[in-house]
Amino acid sequence: MNGTLVVAEHLRGELRDVTFELVAAAAEIGGPVSVAVIARDPSLFTDALSVEGVDEIVTVQAEAEEFENDVYQQVIEALIEDRGPGFVLLGFTVNGMGYGPAVAAKLGLGFASDVFRLSREEDGLLARRAFYGAKVHAEVDFPGKERVLLMLRPGAWAPAEGRGDPTITDLSVQVTAPRARHLKLVDPPAGDVDITAADFLLSIGRGIGTREEIPRFEALAGKMGATLSVSRPLVDAGWMTNARQVGQSGKTVRPKVYLALGISGAVQHLAGIKGDGTIIAVNTDPEAAIFGVARYGAVVDLFEVAEALAELFA
Amino acid sequence: MKIVVCVKHVAVLGDEIRFTTDERDVDEDYYDRTLNEWDACAAEEALRIRERLGGEGEVLVVTVGGPSADVALQRCLAMGADRAVRISFDQTVHDPIAIGHALSEAIVPEQPDLVLVGVQSSDSVQGSTGTALAQFLDLPRVAVVKKVEYDHATRRATCHRELEGGLVDVVEVDTPAVLAIQTGINEPRYPTFRAIKDAERKEISLVSAAGGAVSGYHVRRMFVPPKPEGAEMLDGGPADVARRIAEIVKERLA
Ligand SMILES: Cc1cc2nc3c(=O)[nH]c(=O)nc-3n(C[C@H](O)[C@H](O)[C@H](O)COP(=O)(O)OP(=O)(O)OC[C@H]3O[C@@H](n4cnc5c(N)ncnc54)[C@H](O)[C@@H]3O)c2cc1C
Ligand SMILES: Nc1ncnc2c1ncn2[C@@H]1O[C@H](COP(=O)(O)O)[C@@H](O)[C@H]1O
Repeated sequence: MNGTLVVAEHLRGELRDVTFELVAAAAEIGGPVSVAVIARDPSLFTDALSVEGVDEIVTVQAEAEEFENDVYQQVIEALIEDRGPGFVLLGFTVNGMGYGPAVAAKLGLGFASDVFRLSREEDGLLARRAFYGAKVHAEVDFPGKERVLLMLRPGAWAPAEGRGDPTITDLSVQVTAPRARHLKLVDPPAGDVDITAADFLLSIGRGIGTREEIPRFEALAGKMGATLSVSRPLVDAGWMTNARQVGQSGKTVRPKVYLALGISGAVQHLAGIKGDGTIIAVNTDPEAAIFGVARYGAVVDLFEVAEALAELFA
Repeated sequence: MKIVVCVKHVAVLGDEIRFTTDERDVDEDYYDRTLNEWDACAAEEALRIRERLGGEGEVLVVTVGGPSADVALQRCLAMGADRAVRISFDQTVHDPIAIGHALSEAIVPEQPDLVLVGVQSSDSVQGSTGTALAQFLDLPRVAVVKKVEYDHATRRATCHRELEGGLVDVVEVDTPAVLAIQTGINEPRYPTFRAIKDAERKEISLVSAAGGAVSGYHVRRMFVPPKPEGAEMLDGGPADVARRIAEIVKERLA
């Protein structure tokens, strides 16, 4: 086993935060740490990638400006062949999902996704991930595997910072024509509200049941001086616009108070709540994952609480 | 036109959680099961792609699971799928590499034009099985698809891949391909009572796969995570809870 390989992620010419979190995790596992950056002009990223903990940056030139899963897969396979890393780390991101499991399947690597904690044991690496609506955690290991590819949960490690002085190596990899080709990026439509600027969010989830209930929460938010936000299922159902969605595929918010009614606390929802605000969760399920991150929790019916709040703020 | 849809009968835990004696999984008696939300969308999308092509062709649903998983297959048959295959596994596994491999063995002989999976299973949240399956089938794939336009003449599909923050990456893919379907792409139809009854009579073919040969990870133990320090549960009835919430809000916004 020979060090850890981290795959940098970038979009529209910017490195994504998860890249630096992966570096921090790699440093924790133990070096040497190599970071691969695949881009049309990888030299644009080498300065930003020269952070503490990175021993080497491997630049690989690719034809497309943006991510293509066949390209990433072939380059990473070539790098694994060339370097023989013990560990390969990718972000558990939409891009990562497109090729990470394929690399592991092809090369017979140990593999786990959405890993949020790592520890080194005498007999190898132990990874923590969640199951069953995040109500249960599991420790998984990789007996008999010479190499392990892990997809790490964004936000689970504090990003590496501080200047480093890595060596820079250029590697050229011949790739076959991609079968899935990037055409263009399309931004989500601009919304009518900006939930990212709100100090107080009243956030409702699938627990509200039906579309007909929405007006009462709009009214309650108005009375309480809160901005209404939602979880994804309400947007999927067409009840609300994406501008109000909190989470990985919605908005990242930093309110002082986040009052969550009928939201289970899925990892992609929680990914959108940042900062050190106070989370208050109301849910009838005492084991709901949201209670694992809330400062205050109440196991009661959300409609009864909403009614009592409406009276208090009348 | 043949479309294969991979569906999982996912576990839904109640508020009491018990583990098996080896502590490596949750005791089956302590959960319910349902058709994975993402897979209902994948099944619906398969039916719609076929409808857009004039209704010609076959939609086949496949699952890896025990006899109880027939319920998930029947649901898809009631929605309008033509045929179902259950792959029985000699162990309960979550492992996306092992499941992807078992699925591939059943799918290879079918020679589908498209394979649809869900982005993730709600009980394992791995987002990985489809991409592992694509590798075992040696097919291109697109993960997290919110829109599909399939062109049977050119054998290509244009897909909207939903990235973080709702940004869309428009991708063109050669088919056959594996597409991982994201919720919101459609609203899965509710089968009629009649269709549900009819589906119960449709045959589900059974094949078996040997587990364990191909794997990604091994579960050492499962446990309920301790609640974080400093968290406080608000007691009392709704009125008491509301009063405390009002106090906290006032204090924090001051
Ligand atoms: C790639 C990807 C991106 C995603 N991005 C996002 C995202 O940006 N944002 C997002 O939110 N999700 C996102 N998701 C979806 C996410 O995985 C969950 O499916 C979603 O967050 C669940 O929403 P929910 O908590 O409202 O619903 P559920 O999980 O169904 O939870 C409903 C909750 O309501 C409670 N409840 C029911 N009735 C009552 C009552 N009367 N009183 C009190 N409580 C009640 C239940 O106990 C339950 O906990 C994404 C998924 C994927 C795969
Ligand atoms: N046991 C299974 N049987 C059939 N399909 C499955 C199974 N497990 C996962 N899948 C498919 O793979 C997708 C992603 O699951 P996962 O990788 O576990 O998050 C699901 O939405 C299903 O389409």
